[in-house]
Amino acid sequence: MQIIHRIFILATTILISACSDSPLNNPYPVEEDNKNIYYDTFSERPKHLDPALSYSSNEYVFLGQIYEPPLQYHFLKRPYQLIPLTATEMPVPVYQDNNGNVIDEESPSEKISKVIYRITIKPGVLYQPHPALATGKTDEYIYHTLEKNDLKGVHVLADFKETGTRVLTAADYVYQIKRMAHPKIHSPIAGLMSQYILGLTELSKQLAEEYKNAQTDEASYIDLRKYDFEGARTIDDTTFEIVLKEKYPQFLYWLSMSFFSPMPWEADVFYSQAGMSDRNITLDWYPIGTGPFMLSENNPNLRMVLEKNPNFRGETFPIEGEKNDAALGLLEDAGKAMPFVDKAIFSLEKESIPTWNKFLQGYYDTSGIVSDSFDQAVQLNAQGEADLTEEMKEKGITLLTAVMTSTFYTGFNMRDEIVGGESERAMKLRQAIAIAVDFEEFISIFANGRGLPSQGPVPPGIFGHQAGEAGINPYVYDWVGGKAKRKSIDVAKSLMIEAGYPDGRHVETGKGLVLYLDSPAAGPGSKANFDWLRKQFNKLGITLVIRATDYNRFQGKMLKGTAQIYQWGWNADYPDPENFMFLLYGPNAKFEINGENASNYKNKEFDQLFGQMKNMGNGDARQLIIDRMVEIVRRDSPWLWGYHPVAFSLHHSWYKNAKPNLMANNKLKYKRIDPVSRKAQRKKWNPPVWGPVILILIVLCLSIIPAIRYHKRRERSAAL
Amino acid sequence: MTAYIIRRFLYAIPILIGVNIITFLLFFVVNTPDDMARMHLGQKRVTEQAIEKWKHERGYDKPVLWDSQAEGKNKITNTIFYQNSVRLFLFDFGRSDNGRDISYDISQRMWPSLSISLPGLFLGLFAYITFGLTLSFFRASYLDIWGVVICVMMMSISGLFYIIGGQFIIGKVLHLVPISGYDTGLDSIKFIVLPVLIGLVGGIGSSTRWYRTIFLEEMGKDYVRTARAKGLSEQMVMYRHVLRNGLIPILTGVVVILPLLFMGSLITESFFSIPGLGSYTIDAISSQDFAIVRSMVFLGSVLYIIGLLLTDISYTLVDPRVRLQ
Repeated sequence: MQIIHRIFILATTILISACSDSPLNNPYPVEEDNKNIYYDTFSERPKHLDPALSYSSNEYVFLGQIYEPPLQYHFLKRPYQLIPLTATEMPVPVYQDNNGNVIDEESPSEKISKVIYRITIKPGVLYQPHPALATGKTDEYIYHTLEKNDLKGVHVLADFKETGTRVLTAADYVYQIKRMAHPKIHSPIAGLMSQYILGLTELSKQLAEEYKNAQTDEASYIDLRKYDFEGARTIDDTTFEIVLKEKYPQFLYWLSMSFFSPMPWEADVFYSQAGMSDRNITLDWYPIGTGPFMLSENNPNLRMVLEKNPNFRGETFPIEGEKNDAALGLLEDAGKAMPFVDKAIFSLEKESIPTWNKFLQGYYDTSGIVSDSFDQAVQLNAQGEADLTEEMKEKGITLLTAVMTSTFYTGFNMRDEIVGGESERAMKLRQAIAIAVDFEEFISIFANGRGLPSQGPVPPGIFGHQAGEAGINPYVYDWVGGKAKRKSIDVAKSLMIEAGYPDGRHVETGKGLVLYLDSPAAGPGSKANFDWLRKQFNKLGITLVIRATDYNRFQGKMLKGTAQIYQWGWNADYPDPENFMFLLYGPNAKFEINGENASNYKNKEFDQLFGQMKNMGNGDARQLIIDRMVEIVRRDSPWLWGYHPVAFSLHHSWYKNAKPNLMANNKLKYKRIDPVSRKAQRKKWNPPVWGPVILILIVLCLSIIPAIRYHKRRERSAAL
Repeated sequence: MTAYIIRRFLYAIPILIGVNIITFLLFFVVNTPDDMARMHLGQKRVTEQAIEKWKHERGYDKPVLWDSQAEGKNKITNTIFYQNSVRLFLFDFGRSDNGRDISYDISQRMWPSLSISLPGLFLGLFAYITFGLTLSFFRASYLDIWGVVICVMMMSISGLFYIIGGQFIIGKVLHLVPISGYDTGLDSIKFIVLPVLIGLVGGIGSSTRWYRTIFLEEMGKDYVRTARAKGLSEQMVMYRHVLRNGLIPILTGVVVILPLLFMGSLITESFFSIPGLGSYTIDAISSQDFAIVRSMVFLGSVLYIIGLLLTDISYTLVDPRVRLQ
């Protein structure tokens, strides 16, 4: 009976699906058709969802919507501008000298002994419903003293039936800053912040000792509230202070990142209980925040679902933006309460082809463009600008482009005997190679034109970048006809002669110059890229040997300083030139120090200017210093400069408020979807085509006829 | 038979130890614990101190195979190999390098794998036997010749082509099923149809040819000639005698793969975004999660050994002449 019942249910389901007006290839349940849900993809499992740990853009897609640091980037304004999020106003640093006297911002760095950021948060901000905050009748926490038996049958957070909330306090921010020093957490910015936040190093040592002792207990919970800490302290329920050891204007940018999100101590107690991590119930898997969304399903093998946080305080869409934003319809929702979507479903798509096809069918609201689909989506118009193909236009798809605040470069190891060092010979050799390696061609061949050749370390959109003639690298380009033109290969060959390598041969020994490039890009897909690179070096008679390896081994070589030439990239943490210039700052070398200066470049003047520039506010004085620094590195050529990628993103007509913002992580709340239009388009684009199936069935049926005839003939035939 | 089964299980122990050693050596030749730590901790601002802590917490700071500093048996036991291997034999897979309970993850992810592999197996068996028997029935006719030619052509096409082509034609052009994805319960049916169909079509070439050969071999035997001499119709000969005896090698061949159905398909699961054990293994390899890799290899080996044992047992069930000693 049970089997018949199940078959009946199955048949009914299939029948309902077939009879509904939802397309057959709709990957979502029919009841979602009219709902205000945003659909997107992710291709890689987020490694961490603990805000003290997470440091990857694919994790910020989720974390940015859940956690709320004190500050955020304005969604529409450019250049990127920080504005308060949970803070009531932008914090203004107060500078103190050794005696505790308030001194001027412009005071010399050595006189500043403390920089105090006092932050007041908005009152009445509530956390999402969460079992860690569930309380009983007498206000005691229900799930803070769980025994092993209590956890029977518990496998996911939703198995805890009760949830609760409480008001966000300043102490939660202080608690999170202390978590960065926790030895168990391994916060990637703990080292960096220890250089700036007063007492963080000492707190780390103290906690390490405590943790060592606590590890004998099963739970090993350390109550961070009981540790006094000079670097962050609570003033009252809504105000806290962060104290830095020195001037660090970029600190404000960090305050917009999830590292500085609030963390209720209750969450730490809850997740630290014995048996929780055995059940995969950890803070790294189930975030708890005050943001507009909460993670209602964390299944990185299938989908991640963000749902509207019912306790969200409400926030309104910006009422002003850039000059053209109103004309582009980006201010239509000005002043309206956010978030606009009720739910966001991110489906795992590891392969680009299914992702692209599902976007075209209307099942994803937005998409990037992979190389395989580029020609189908984009064509170059008469002016050489990227434009959508007719197929895309017919579907009402729009294209948005933005130069990314990233740089991909090919660098020289300055410790290398041949290509490195400060000698005139090595410098001219590097300059010659910089001219020969034609990144315009590279962008055209390998990036479908989606990139801008770099003229220096600072990408467009970041203060310090110079556009036009003033911004070209004079060692590689000339300004011809109103645009940068790469110098001819003859100039590079002359430099090779000056470097002692005429036609790529050592002037004394006559031996051909052989250089080695280490690259983490291994596999057949990289062959064309490597062939192209060899061709570029060959223009100067240089033989380039590629040493392709996996990323880990590549990193190992870089740490040991044994690579000669390498390829790497950098995504900006924040929109400040310091975040790019530090890639060439001597004390930040990769070799031995494990810094981010992978070329191990060291120039006394550059390092000195960096020290000045990093603490300055944006203005003419800072621009002058940056110009000088850029000039130094252009001359020394520790990099071939490479290119800044241009991001192309496609959006369906029902997707509103699309504007590239490469800095903000909390963009989901601004997105608006028109589900009615989406449903109509999906239906129009995906009518089931039964014709070929019926034809195949008919052919199969007809093919039985000759088989039967043959069989009958054989049956009737006489035996031999 | 019981003694035989016990003996086979005892034989399995050195095989599993060998598999474990090979997995361990291959993994650690390619990846050092430092590499693994870097992969897990991310790419930006990772300090040596964080790497050391990560290794210490997971026991990867110990010597790999031999601790020359230790005394007595600790020389062996205080190593990464020993501490990561012994508990596998108790089926305690422990935690992955990112802290998740591997047994729980396996128990969750085997169902999507099974939801693809089981229908694929049964539908495939039915289709391939039907095709194989039909070609044998029409042996030496144009139908047989063209059938074999088509089978050879289908065998020569890459499995990836079937996947991409199937997604394109059925999902994109005909709009009949979702191109990729997965869901639980009855909602999973629309996602299963395409991978099962593609798996079935992709296997037609090789399986039909194999089954045809089996049936043709049976048709040449004396008992078939006797059946025909008795005046039985060709259908009777084929379905009552040839099919029954031809099923013996087919079923024993199927039994060996039955346990491995849990392990899923690496490529299919990846292309269809199915959260099964195949993609679990692939993800673990790409994220250098040794704990998962060694668990999955161990589990695969155990299942394969069980499959071989079941094959032997199934021989005794379908062929009374076979006795296990």
